[in-house]
Amino acid sequence: MGDQGSTLLSAEQLTKRFMLGGGLSRVRLVAVSRASFRMGVAGPEIFTLAGESGSGKTTLARMVLGFVEPSSGSLQFKGRDVTRIRGRARRLAFMKDVQGVFQDPFDTFNPLKRIESYLRETALNFSMAATGKQAERVVDEALAAVGLTLQEIKGRYPHELSGGQAQRASVARALITRPALLVADEPVSMVDASLRMSIVNLFRTLKEERGISVLYITHDLATAYYVSDRIAVMLRGTIIEVGSVDQVLREPLHPYTRLLRASVPEPDPHGTWSEEIALGALEIKEYAQTGCKFAGRCPQELAVCRGTEPPEIETGGRMVRCHLYR
Amino acid sequence: MWNVLKDLFRHDGRFAFGFCVILGILVLALLSFVCPYNLAIWNTVPRDRPPSARYLLGTNSQGQDVFWYATAAIRNSLLVGIVAASLSRVIAVLVALIAGYRGGRTDRILMSINDSFVVLPLLPVLVLVASMLRGRMGLLGLGAVLALFGWAWDARLIRAQILSLREREFTKTAILSGMTSLRLVLGEHLPFVIPLIMATAINNISFVIGTEIVLAVFGLTSLETPTLGTMIYWSVNYQAMLLGIWWWLLTPIVLCVLLILSLYMLSVSISDFLDPRTRLQIIKARG
Amino acid sequence: MALLRVERLKAHYLVDVYGIRRAVRAVDGVSFQVEANSIFGIAGESGCGKTSLIKVLSATLRPPLTVQEGKVIYDLGNGGTDILSLDEEGLRKLRWEFLSYVPQGSMNVLNPVRRVRNTFRDFVRAHRVAAPSRFLAEVTEHLGHLGLPPEVLASYPHQLSGGMRQRVTLALATILNPRLILADEPTTALDVVVQRGVIQLLKKIHAEQRNTLILVTHDMAVHANLTDRLAIMYAGKIVEEAPTAEVFGNPLHPYTRYLIGSLPRIGDKAHKVSAPGAPPSLASLPEGCRFHPRCPQAMAECRQQEPDLADVASGHRVACFLHGQARHG
Repeated sequence: MGDQGSTLLSAEQLTKRFMLGGGLSRVRLVAVSRASFRMGVAGPEIFTLAGESGSGKTTLARMVLGFVEPSSGSLQFKGRDVTRIRGRARRLAFMKDVQGVFQDPFDTFNPLKRIESYLRETALNFSMAATGKQAERVVDEALAAVGLTLQEIKGRYPHELSGGQAQRASVARALITRPALLVADEPVSMVDASLRMSIVNLFRTLKEERGISVLYITHDLATAYYVSDRIAVMLRGTIIEVGSVDQVLREPLHPYTRLLRASVPEPDPHGTWSEEIALGALEIKEYAQTGCKFAGRCPQELAVCRGTEPPEIETGGRMVRCHLYR
Repeated sequence: MWNVLKDLFRHDGRFAFGFCVILGILVLALLSFVCPYNLAIWNTVPRDRPPSARYLLGTNSQGQDVFWYATAAIRNSLLVGIVAASLSRVIAVLVALIAGYRGGRTDRILMSINDSFVVLPLLPVLVLVASMLRGRMGLLGLGAVLALFGWAWDARLIRAQILSLREREFTKTAILSGMTSLRLVLGEHLPFVIPLIMATAINNISFVIGTEIVLAVFGLTSLETPTLGTMIYWSVNYQAMLLGIWWWLLTPIVLCVLLILSLYMLSVSISDFLDPRTRLQIIKARG
Repeated sequence: MALLRVERLKAHYLVDVYGIRRAVRAVDGVSFQVEANSIFGIAGESGCGKTSLIKVLSATLRPPLTVQEGKVIYDLGNGGTDILSLDEEGLRKLRWEFLSYVPQGSMNVLNPVRRVRNTFRDFVRAHRVAAPSRFLAEVTEHLGHLGLPPEVLASYPHQLSGGMRQRVTLALATILNPRLILADEPTTALDVVVQRGVIQLLKKIHAEQRNTLILVTHDMAVHANLTDRLAIMYAGKIVEEAPTAEVFGNPLHPYTRYLIGSLPRIGDKAHKVSAPGAPPSLASLPEGCRFHPRCPQAMAECRQQEPDLADVASGHRVACFLHGQARHG
């Protein structure tokens, strides 16, 4: 389990409910349901939250960053309760330790402002520098850490850079406060394939050389395998499997993970899928389903699956939420 | 700033047209301050004279010089327009900011009030209000009343813009950079909101001037004050068309059309230019 | 005769905004052939010109994108027609019956305020005088062939999931049995499980209707699983073109090598490297070979001359001075 005090990030039964619609007709949507996981138990690690659209992974990331307040459950960072952070001083202290990198390199920065303004702001607001000159030095250092120079970025607007450069600049900005945790939400999905790996490698380097842990959110299992140590797979708001990437992606237990794994197209012209899969027709309200959210599509569905939500089962060093493994 | 205006002038015909016409109209409005006649008094000049060297736009049936009357009319109409548009901008932006950023219950309440104003049948209510206040409502009063009708639609527009801005990724980046909420609103979001405010302001001026004319033509504003609307009222009242005193009726109409057309041209070309997408195109093309 | 022959095609965007003029050379000298009954892939990243190329091929280009020179010759059964010389009427006959174009974000192709079956009806009616009684039966049969349930017909697009909309759009594109389908990023933005379904659907359509498919996507894994032949585009030109297995097994152009080498794979933790630098802007291209600023093997001539796309092995063409290029002068 690990010593509680040394765990970097610990989520316990995190839940987020949204009320959609206004006035008279309101629909409740449970975006994240009782999500629990631990990160950084034995040193810095890259932990992936994987899932498809609607899995709740982005909402979970937002809760970790503090942009969204959980409806219930708790979040602990370095042993302190950070579920609800009130007050500017406490917010700043938290953001110093936990920073974020987002998906669209061209929307991460205001297209009407120069990129370096954000880096400079970060340096000054978090007291990493006291004067403009100092700020420049801090910025230069951060840019060097991601393989950019102030020369390349100075005076430039986001559109003057390539997707890869802009995304690196975004990581540089996040590094200025010397955070312990980086939350990266689909950081390379909008970056060209030929530039992608250098940014993904960057995360690996940051972990190895600076001891920064990364909470990596993605739907791309191949990249997740390459970059992360452990992975949690989400389905409709529930974490259904957690373990090391080798375990979960090479020998998946949960039928959904198996389906995901089997569906990832191999970049290999000689490998093909054996069977055709049947896809659902109209949008089944899987969110509102009681019991296991995969029940309708599962090839190994049991009678109990539709009615009862499967419990978390620990087996072989990982967690699976599935009645099959009772 | 100067370069921007030069660019706009040279490359956007609409801006050039609108700018020139508005400039001309402003000159006319300013001329009204050196008007040699007291426009409250009738019969200062011979009546019903056609345009000549002496009376540039002729004279009307009340014995007043049409040209000088028109300059005062333009000045007053513009005054009402600007006062009303400014006031309604303030209200619209305040409502939009509060509703957009606070959200939740505050937002819902404000939007309900907003929507009530949007669905108010404009003309009947204005006619009612104007006929009740008729004598006592000066130009500024008129401006204030019209401001109350001009904010609702635009408030919703600005609020929508704000709601979408809050979801943009750079808002998150700004928060993570430690920016205070005030700096966020002013530094990150305002540049996107301003083109909207400007475009709606100019449109609002057009709307107010037009509405004033409508009210005046119905005889509901204080008719002694020269405005484009009251000018039309009096000329119609004196059967100018039938009697062939076309210069009295045509002057305010032509001025009104020119004014509204040029305001429209300005509004469209400025908002096109300030539109973040166009600015991006320019930045990209330059780079 | 090849179904499609493109000869030295150049299509540029002419930008003129507030006094700033620029030519964006999106397609800058592209030549290739597509045989009938094959699946041809065009790969490349953002800013390589592939979407512009598809717009020209599908005759849906509009100013500011204009063709500067070149030919696009389709074999319509009469010895080849250059569609760039056709008028609006000729193009109309071409669309949907001979060729159908599935654009990016094709979920927007479906009219949101009409039920799916009515959208189908509109299409069929515009192109063929079909007996209305048979229409519904034909459409249901077609959908059934593609594994789509009939209840889809009665729905509005917003009631269907993204993946389902995509497949309905593909069904729409193929209901008139076109000989050529041009698909632009058909699987982007879809969940991986749905993506698999769409890829399998495309294969099925190809097998059943025996038509030709030209697929444009940046996703190399999709190309690996679907295409017979693959062309790699970079900065407006094709840099390598070969059977797909060849491109993956024996990439010759340095850019292709970076592209293939950087693909992650489950089960493979070996360090991967991506190309240094970034693709050039199509408005200001470098002298000589367009890839030379980023190429680790750039030679003197690469900086001065542009290599032509030339055969180096049977069916394998590369545009690179490292591989069998006749040097100029």
